[in-house]
Amino acid sequence: MTRRPQIARLADGRRLHLQDGPIDLIVEAKGPEAQLRAAYAAAARRFTGLLDELCAELPELRTAADPVRCALTGVVARRMHAAVAPFAAGHFITPMAAVAGSVAEEILDVMLGATQLDRAYVNNGGDIALHLTAGEQFAVGLVDRPDRHGLMQTITVDAGDPIRGVATSGRHGRSFSLGVADAVTVLAKTASQADAAATIIANAVDLPGHPAIVRCPANELQPDSDLGARLVTRDVGELSAHEIEAALDAGAACARQVLAAGLIEGAALRLLGETVVVGAKAIGAQRSQAVHKAAPRNLIHA
Amino acid sequence: MTTDTTMAAVGDKIRCDACPVMCYIKPGAAGACDRYANHNGELVRVDPHIVLERTVEHGGQLVPFQAGGDWDGKIVHQPDIFVTAIGAGTTYPDYKPAPFIVSSEIDGVDMVTVVTEGIFSYCGVKVKIDTDRHLGPETATVRAQGEAVGHVTTGEYGSQMLSLGGVHHLTGGSKKEGRVTCDTLMDLSNRKPVELTIDGGATVVVQAGYPPIVNGVAEERMRVGCGSATIGMFAKQWHGKVDEVVVVDDHITGVLSEHQAGKLLDIPDTGIKMKGRRSTPGRYFQVAEPGTGWGGTKISDPLSVLGPFDPKEARPGLSMLMVSTTGEHATYYELDAALRPVEKEMPRDLKLSVERIQENCEPALCTVLFMGGAGGSLRAGVTDNPVRLTRSVKDALTRVTSGGAPVYVWPGGGITFMVDVTQMPAGAFGYVPTPALVAPIEFTLRLSDYAALGGHMDYVRPLASLKDNAEIRSVPHMPGRRA
Repeated sequence: MTRRPQIARLADGRRLHLQDGPIDLIVEAKGPEAQLRAAYAAAARRFTGLLDELCAELPELRTAADPVRCALTGVVARRMHAAVAPFAAGHFITPMAAVAGSVAEEILDVMLGATQLDRAYVNNGGDIALHLTAGEQFAVGLVDRPDRHGLMQTITVDAGDPIRGVATSGRHGRSFSLGVADAVTVLAKTASQADAAATIIANAVDLPGHPAIVRCPANELQPDSDLGARLVTRDVGELSAHEIEAALDAGAACARQVLAAGLIEGAALRLLGETVVVGAKAIGAQRSQAVHKAAPRNLIHA
Repeated sequence: MTTDTTMAAVGDKIRCDACPVMCYIKPGAAGACDRYANHNGELVRVDPHIVLERTVEHGGQLVPFQAGGDWDGKIVHQPDIFVTAIGAGTTYPDYKPAPFIVSSEIDGVDMVTVVTEGIFSYCGVKVKIDTDRHLGPETATVRAQGEAVGHVTTGEYGSQMLSLGGVHHLTGGSKKEGRVTCDTLMDLSNRKPVELTIDGGATVVVQAGYPPIVNGVAEERMRVGCGSATIGMFAKQWHGKVDEVVVVDDHITGVLSEHQAGKLLDIPDTGIKMKGRRSTPGRYFQVAEPGTGWGGTKISDPLSVLGPFDPKEARPGLSMLMVSTTGEHATYYELDAALRPVEKEMPRDLKLSVERIQENCEPALCTVLFMGGAGGSLRAGVTDNPVRLTRSVKDALTRVTSGGAPVYVWPGGGITFMVDVTQMPAGAFGYVPTPALVAPIEFTLRLSDYAALGGHMDYVRPLASLKDNAEIRSVPHMPGRRA
């Protein structure tokens, strides 16, 4: 059986959509059409077969990562391991925790290898690899009411910032979470690092043993889950304001450690309507504008 | 290109080979991609059919309702909407929370966390519960998890209607009320059981396509008719086998000897004395309070609806059958020397007649119709003059379906439709924390009409090409649906 990924420009003619099995990427580059075409062609070439490459090492990728040793051979697989390795001594984590960010990074890398781009991103279902050159910036918005035309919070990433990766983890995504966070968004130097860190921090937003939190062994939901019989969060019932704060505090403590270790640039942790921001001047600076309909007009992208 | 996706069964799990991840998928669960799932041992593709104005995804701008200037007669101007089928051109999955999606230029911002698209804040479900039992007074509040999610509306023939959801419960109340309403609507629409409590009434578990469970008891049958109708239907079968029959009904209790059907058979008077208000001969209203006992009354002893027999007409040994409108309750009596009814074992003939009543009752079910309005922005996304899309729908040039199921489009403004959720693919509904429901909606029209509308012909793909990346699953038509 041969299988070909779906590769097509979106209706706007600017963005590229790549999908294969569980991988789903939205890619956009800024530049003259000829450069776009070269970048997108490179992305499509690299994307074709990428899933097979990962699956060839799937059993190892689903095994708890060794903090030092890496027996993986694929470029993306090794990047996944490198991203999770700093956490592997203290936590259970498999390279799969960084798969989305690592794939995004890989596609962005080959695009940049093929041509010069002023600005580009590869968004793998919320785990985003960024490219910025001098004078360029990205405005990243968090929306909590997508039916309304407005943003809850914005983050501006300038070319001068070290941030080139954004990732979000939480209990609502396709991946399971051991914690209760609705979303933990992490800014880091790379998408793969952001991805791994978001997983760890989202797991830490937790209230162990709380009766309103419904948990279930991961392998009862997905028999081949890399989390095995670990309890993953299925539902979060009513929590008091104090409990929400306690869960966010636990996550924030973890985020501060990861920040101090230099693994991330910042994180925004969200649980039941409450948000805590760690580090990330970029997020904090915009918080005063965190009001619906108040998305500032002057945040024009470059 | 892709061949048909197949799977190998491993115990109750199946192994998907849609992609090299080769997920083992348990029944009721989806694979890592959320696109393929195990439905009763069968691998199915689960992305909903969605036709959406990709407001946020495609350019991030709402199309102005009337962009300016006069309408020039063209229905479609803007390339901001297109017709998709399963999974075509989606960012995954359209209806699920995807915490971050890079999009463009919403309020000058490049990236937005788009939790979903295709949101129905204006939506609800109409629930029809086949039961004679009194579920609660009309206009009583219906609650889920203690929150008001709707109200009791009209009583219909053998059924009680509930109206749940709507924009006021979704957005007008407390945050919890909105969330619980959204959950309730989504669960009901996805054909899951939901426990509802009615103020001053019953607790009922509702699940589309299943019998209602009223105060813990599953309803089996819908009434064969009202008490009077039951007399009319079965009078001849009772004639000669029993002296008197009372069909106990909260609405219209029937009495054989007094009823026109009995008179025509020359059934003699029995001296029976009914409580309640006589409407016409042999037809009584309000013989008891409404409830969840016999025939939708609150009684458990049917004799409580009778007064003493009239000694001028009654005689010892006179036989009487009392039965409910579903045949669920039935007791046989004979009058003793003091003309008091005494319960006796029911003769075989009468047992058969009770069974005949049961046999003529249709199974009691809950039906759930999802109702939503695709009225405003969606139309504006298609045309500068949105009423033209509405007209094209109403003129039957454009057919509206929801998850492939036929819908009823309300006359009048907008495109407000109702759809039987049991005709839709399982799991067709999603939600956003707004709270609001996400439902599939498709517009289908002739290619020539679409071209004439100025449709996006470049994006039209032959159906056969969808086989390359999608399992095509037909939505079965449900035969034998009653009018």
